[in-house]
Amino acid sequence: MNRDNVRDEVIRRSGTDPRKCMKCGKCSATCPSYDEMEGHPHEFVYMVENGDIEPLLASESIYRCLTCMACVERCPRGVEPAKIVESVRLEAIRKKGANRLTPEAVAAVADEELPQQAVVTAFRKYAK
Amino acid sequence: MYVSYFPGCTLKTKAVRLDRCARKSAEILGIELQELDSWQCCGGAFTSAADEVATKLSSVRALAEAERLGRPLVSVCSACYNVLKQTDHAFKTDPEFASKVRRYLAPDECYNGGTEVLHLLELLRDKVGFENIAKKVVNPLKGVKIAAYYGCMLLRPSDVLGLDDPENPSVMEELIRALGGEAVGWSQRNECCGGYVLLESPELAKKRSLEISSDAAAAGADMIVTACPLCRYNLDKAGSGLPTVYFTELLAKALGAEVDEI
Ligand code: SF4
Ligand code: SF4
Repeated sequence: MNRDNVRDEVIRRSGTDPRKCMKCGKCSATCPSYDEMEGHPHEFVYMVENGDIEPLLASESIYRCLTCMACVERCPRGVEPAKIVESVRLEAIRKKGANRLTPEAVAAVADEELPQQAVVTAFRKYAK
Repeated sequence: MYVSYFPGCTLKTKAVRLDRCARKSAEILGIELQELDSWQCCGGAFTSAADEVATKLSSVRALAEAERLGRPLVSVCSACYNVLKQTDHAFKTDPEFASKVRRYLAPDECYNGGTEVLHLLELLRDKVGFENIAKKVVNPLKGVKIAAYYGCMLLRPSDVLGLDDPENPSVMEELIRALGGEAVGWSQRNECCGGYVLLESPELAKKRSLEISSDAAAAGADMIVTACPLCRYNLDKAGSGLPTVYFTELLAKALGAEVDEI
């Protein structure tokens, strides 16, 4: 796919309209993962809108979003940045061999009390 | 009152107390939680992508079974509730998604969008009434200062879930007061514990959770109460020393259920 196709696909899959963004930065200000992401939620919005997706696909930021929906709830323009982050992450992990999480990695972190919920959710977010 | 019940994978294993205390309390309150015959794991998180269909089918099947029974579908786990409700909303508002889903379902599994999804907290507030619960309290939580922790799954996205005010929720505080306890005020109660990021970056989950549990401790809480097994795990591991309990444990204890044998 060329650059424009990837852009259109990411936006279509997200179900959002990044053009509504007024660049107020409120999504990033409220993001609990802000310090862990080099691409912040408001940057996802305008980079995706500009078709500048390659750097986001390669960035760790797509795995540091918590899907906490704080940005969705607090954006004054209804842009829903978390859905854009999710769409970029799916673009990355749906590629062959691009699963982020392996059963071995889970075993390394798991202890007696680790709830199943943690494992099923992480596989849903980090593997296809 | 009869309702359909979706326990979820974790309530059958690591969070049995969340489940059993809900069942015991429901019994005392005259609610019949009827477990669905054939539920499957909700997957723990709703994927917002419109082209993601297969992972949402287990939720649609549960919604369809509850619809056939003609009863609301109740969950006790924040995550199951969130996923079921968001899937129901997607089905009702996105015809393309609904038609793709129909292609996967057997004719007798068909869903028509008629199921009301409720969290047990909503059922207690809206259908039982906290004033009626207060009347049944035999062991009031006297003198216990409790920090009600909502996290994200119970509240957001609020235009879909509609359980409570996302920035100033009150359902758990009202429950705590109905049970005779004291609800403390604190600011981090609707921020995320880190959730599944635990398996990607344990440090990030710990940092988030420590920020939350320290805030509750600073507010003078003796304990944190939650409806989510993953929140509980993350908060307990964070190391602030503050215990985390399920809301159903407090409820069962206050209602005089034999909870220690659970
Ligand atoms: S909060 Fe909304 S409008 Fe403001 S920068 Fe973020 S996406 Fe744009
Ligand atoms: S959903 Fe992701 S991007 Fe949005 S505020 Fe939460 S962690 Fe940040």
